[in-house]
Amino acid sequence: MIELQGVTRVFEVGGRPVNALRGIDLVVPDGEYLSVMGPSGSGKSTLLNLLGCLDRPTSGTYRLDGRDVTDLNDLELSRLRRHKIGFVFQAFHMVPRLTAKGNVELPMTFAGVPPEERSRRAEAALLSVGLAARMDHRPDQLSGGERQRAAIARAVVMGPTLLLADEPTGNLDSVSGGEVVALLEAMNAGGLTLVVVTHDAVLGGRARRQIRMADGAVVEERRAEPRSAPLQAAR
Amino acid sequence: MRAGDLFGFAGAALRGHRLRSTLSLLGVAIGVASVILLTSLGEGARLYVTGEFLALGSNLLIVTPGKNETTGGIVVPLPAPRDLTLDDAEALRRRLRGARHVAPLALGEATAKAGDLTRTVGVGGTTAEFMPLRKIHLRMGRYLPAGEGDRGERVCVIGAKLQDELFLGRNPLGEALRLGDDRFKVIGVMSPRGVSLGTDLDEVVHVPVAQALRMFDLRGLSQVMVELGSHEEIQSGKARAIALLKERHDGFEDVTITTQDAVLGSFNRILALLTAALAGIAAVSLSVAGIGIMNVMIVSVSERTREIGLLKAVGVTAPQVLLAFLVEAALLSSAGGLVGVGVGIGGTHLVQALYPSFPMAPPPWAVPAAVVVSMSVGLVFGALPARRAARLDPVAALARR
Repeated sequence: MIELQGVTRVFEVGGRPVNALRGIDLVVPDGEYLSVMGPSGSGKSTLLNLLGCLDRPTSGTYRLDGRDVTDLNDLELSRLRRHKIGFVFQAFHMVPRLTAKGNVELPMTFAGVPPEERSRRAEAALLSVGLAARMDHRPDQLSGGERQRAAIARAVVMGPTLLLADEPTGNLDSVSGGEVVALLEAMNAGGLTLVVVTHDAVLGGRARRQIRMADGAVVEERRAEPRSAPLQAAR
Repeated sequence: MRAGDLFGFAGAALRGHRLRSTLSLLGVAIGVASVILLTSLGEGARLYVTGEFLALGSNLLIVTPGKNETTGGIVVPLPAPRDLTLDDAEALRRRLRGARHVAPLALGEATAKAGDLTRTVGVGGTTAEFMPLRKIHLRMGRYLPAGEGDRGERVCVIGAKLQDELFLGRNPLGEALRLGDDRFKVIGVMSPRGVSLGTDLDEVVHVPVAQALRMFDLRGLSQVMVELGSHEEIQSGKARAIALLKERHDGFEDVTITTQDAVLGSFNRILALLTAALAGIAAVSLSVAGIGIMNVMIVSVSERTREIGLLKAVGVTAPQVLLAFLVEAALLSSAGGLVGVGVGIGGTHLVQALYPSFPMAPPPWAVPAAVVVSMSVGLVFGALPARRAARLDPVAALARR
């Protein structure tokens, strides 16, 4: 459960304050599928970074699963990200020298999970994204779609409650993009709260709840009936 | 996080840019190897000189006639020193407590002739006690006969080189050697010893002291050597010897007693200083290597900015990032240190094999110090890059192209 109350975020750019977020109030219940759309500079990425505890609001409060996380220190935020939040990025952000499996193991390695358990859980996660056969390949031996699927496995392997995706299909062709969206939606169907930031109207339009941002504020919100048709058919 | 995983992660990162890692590792290796080689050189020189002195005997008193005293200001005229006589030597031998061996020494130079061959030789007149005192070994025959110092047969013991040059290497025992106008019978040949503190023992002829005094028309001895029972007695032995001779010389203290102690001590200090200076020079190259490591780590951090952003996004804490990069730098430099120790010790052995007479010995502290220092080099010079990595803002790091 995400509760934002009067959240603002001000950056200093060239000594001048820039309001990236101006008083966001947002409640996202568990299991929600939310898309955040809007043009570049509308504040949607800043919002995602705040939700993912990579950034702190300038003012306002952020409650995650009932706990006020606004004033947590860096260590506590790290712990929160480790256990509650999974990230999927447009650029995949795979560590190039590690295999797909090594990348999926990475969060567990730094969390102190023993090697055998790590290996077992990474394999299970890769199996669930359909990459069991490719897990010993390095990122440069994988296609973009495969990399993003491995990244999703990495995002969920610690069992988070919140999955944040920033333009997850932005670097993919429509076929692999469709596979990635299907995977993310499957994770959501399994109970994870899914927040997708995109300026792709087709992708954003698939979410049950959609908000549109402009100039750091939510300007439009609508709800759609869940669709069951695959993405490729929608395009 | 488990220690094994931490090292695994850091090691994999180093293998990720193999050439760069190898080159900076090489820098540390060269630094460490030069520390070991140069300190080996200094230490070798120190041990060599110390060994020379110990071979001579660290419990040795050398009594020379005359008072050599350097004082600033006015030179006080002293009565002409008395000669150091055979009786003085005999008195030291009989009455000096703690004296193990006492040998008088009368030195001169003479033309030696054996058959048709002649050359100039140093002649040392002494007694049988000179042999154990200077730890002389014989190649053949025997040394000067024991007995009263004031008489003596015309016999001589020659250096190894003289056997080669005057007798062309053949057995000279029983043959005649003419020294100036006198004929001596060769009764022994000393083993090769080489130059020992300025005297080439291979090129001298030893004769009974009375013969030398007569030949060179000397009124007194050149010196008297006294070996004491142990190194600890050297100061008290010196005082007693001076007192004894003063009494014999009508209350005038007109002899000088030199000990090896003072000389050895200053040599030791000079050479230890030399070793330290060499280590300092080598340490400069080690610090250059440290800057190399810092450079590599800074490049690595900026190259892996996005990776660091990702690590932070998946919940890796800033201290963990710091630790990971510190371990990386320390691994790099201690691997370099180990290679350097290997190269340094190998180099020492190589120099030793090529030039056996060249004294080289790594000081006992060199190897542990090299390992500790190289590891600290990594930690010290890796600290700045690691801090930079740990402090990266994850949002900015992830957005970096």
